[in-house]
Amino acid sequence: MAAPMSLVVEFGGGAELLFDGIKKHQVTLPCQPEPWDIRNLLKWIKQNLLKERPELFIQGDTVRPGILVLINDADWELMGELDYKLQNQDNVVFISTLHGG
Amino acid sequence: MLRQVQEGLRRETAKKLRFVPGIIYVDEGAVCGQSPAEREETLLQMEAILRASGFPYHLARLEEVFDLPGSVLQRGPHRPAGPGASYKEAVESFIHQHRQAEGGAPERLAELSTRAMPGAETPGGRGARPLAAARTEQLLQLFGSVKTLTAKEELLQALRTHLILHTARAQGYSKVLMGDSCTRLAVKLLTNLSLGRGASLAMDTGFSDDRHGDVLVVRPMREYSAKEIAFYNRLFGVPTVLTPALDTRAPEKASIHRVIERFLYGLQAEFPSTVSTVYRTGEKLSAAPGDAGPAPGAAEPERCLLCLCTLDTNVEEGSALQAILVSEQLSGERPPAASPAGPGACAGAAEQRGCCTHATAPRADFLPLLCYGCRLTIKDTACLESLPPYVRSEAARRSRRAAMKQQIQEFLLEDDAVTPGES
Repeated sequence: MAAPMSLVVEFGGGAELLFDGIKKHQVTLPCQPEPWDIRNLLKWIKQNLLKERPELFIQGDTVRPGILVLINDADWELMGELDYKLQNQDNVVFISTLHGG
Repeated sequence: MLRQVQEGLRRETAKKLRFVPGIIYVDEGAVCGQSPAEREETLLQMEAILRASGFPYHLARLEEVFDLPGSVLQRGPHRPAGPGASYKEAVESFIHQHRQAEGGAPERLAELSTRAMPGAETPGGRGARPLAAARTEQLLQLFGSVKTLTAKEELLQALRTHLILHTARAQGYSKVLMGDSCTRLAVKLLTNLSLGRGASLAMDTGFSDDRHGDVLVVRPMREYSAKEIAFYNRLFGVPTVLTPALDTRAPEKASIHRVIERFLYGLQAEFPSTVSTVYRTGEKLSAAPGDAGPAPGAAEPERCLLCLCTLDTNVEEGSALQAILVSEQLSGERPPAASPAGPGACAGAAEQRGCCTHATAPRADFLPLLCYGCRLTIKDTACLESLPPYVRSEAARRSRRAAMKQQIQEFLLEDDAVTPGES
């Protein structure tokens, strides 16, 4: 059981173009049986926040190569990538380093 | 890059950078489909950042390309490396100059900024708004006549380079620093190979690029990967302004640039050493000594009209380029009226195209002035008249000179070094 969590999700480097141009989103994730991790967060973002062109942000299970993910200002590769278990008040940043969005 | 230069110029730094920088921002909003209001907003944001940096800055719109003089396409006089003064002496003299000006430095910088402002906003004292609209139309027409996104991007790069070069020359800057990162350069390297620009690869992706003669293009950020720069910007809170580019939100296979970018980033995700391997391999390329400057007495090598790299198309028979031209002829829709004797007639092939269809006659004059990569870009441009006037006038000038040289060829005394089959 995962309690509802509030997170700050930010987008930079052009990724915000896919999210109505809003860079900072304060989100509250609902209750659900499995604990929240990045994998679930991505699915949630795809369903709820992503306004257009999902293939420019998500590729399969993970983000498109070229999009950096920072969890609390640390590279997600250090935190376990998709399997990192989210904590309350975490800060997740998606920065696109690609040329075209 | 701006932040790094700022850091380098601060007094406390141990090895202080010794130059006086200015910044240029080229507004390409018209081509990227931004409305005038959006462009204004972006410009305002950029100005705020540029003003906060304290350096003199210049704002240029891509439309100003139509007002450039033809001399932009000519290689400037090669500035000698230095009158033999040692590095230490040069540094001493710089510090001395700087100290003299130190008292009035803050006012001087502010002056330069305000001078640059009216210069950028109202070029030549004309009213900015109505002229800008006409120019924007011309620009949109030019880019509208280009059929593929790849050619559009190449054309945009060429025009942007000319504009920056012209501004640098006009304002008296001897070097231009570009902010290409390692990742971008790796993408650029592979893209140029795919576009047929392999001959100028060393100059396009190397640290210094001296094809313009008097202005040196330098890429100091080529050691940093895009990921490092993104982290740096995030952790140090560097202010950024986002502008949509030509290929923002374009589908994946829209242009060669996109395909290569996707390929490289995809590989990088699986094999993290991909980008640095490509970059290191590119680093091994170096410009041929002949490109450094004309040897005394030898003829200046011909240069491409648009990208100013040495022409790679005046080669002998049996080269790959001749093979391409022959197969183009043979597979063309209209059978040539009189097929040339063999693959040794490059000019003959151009004339063939010219006499088959009158509309392409000016194009046939144009193409021999370009390197192979630029030829592909121009081939995708439907309407040559929409090119900026300086390009067309310089092309006409060179064609006339080439024709004139051909006419007086027999009367010229040639060096033995010049190969007989050249013209």
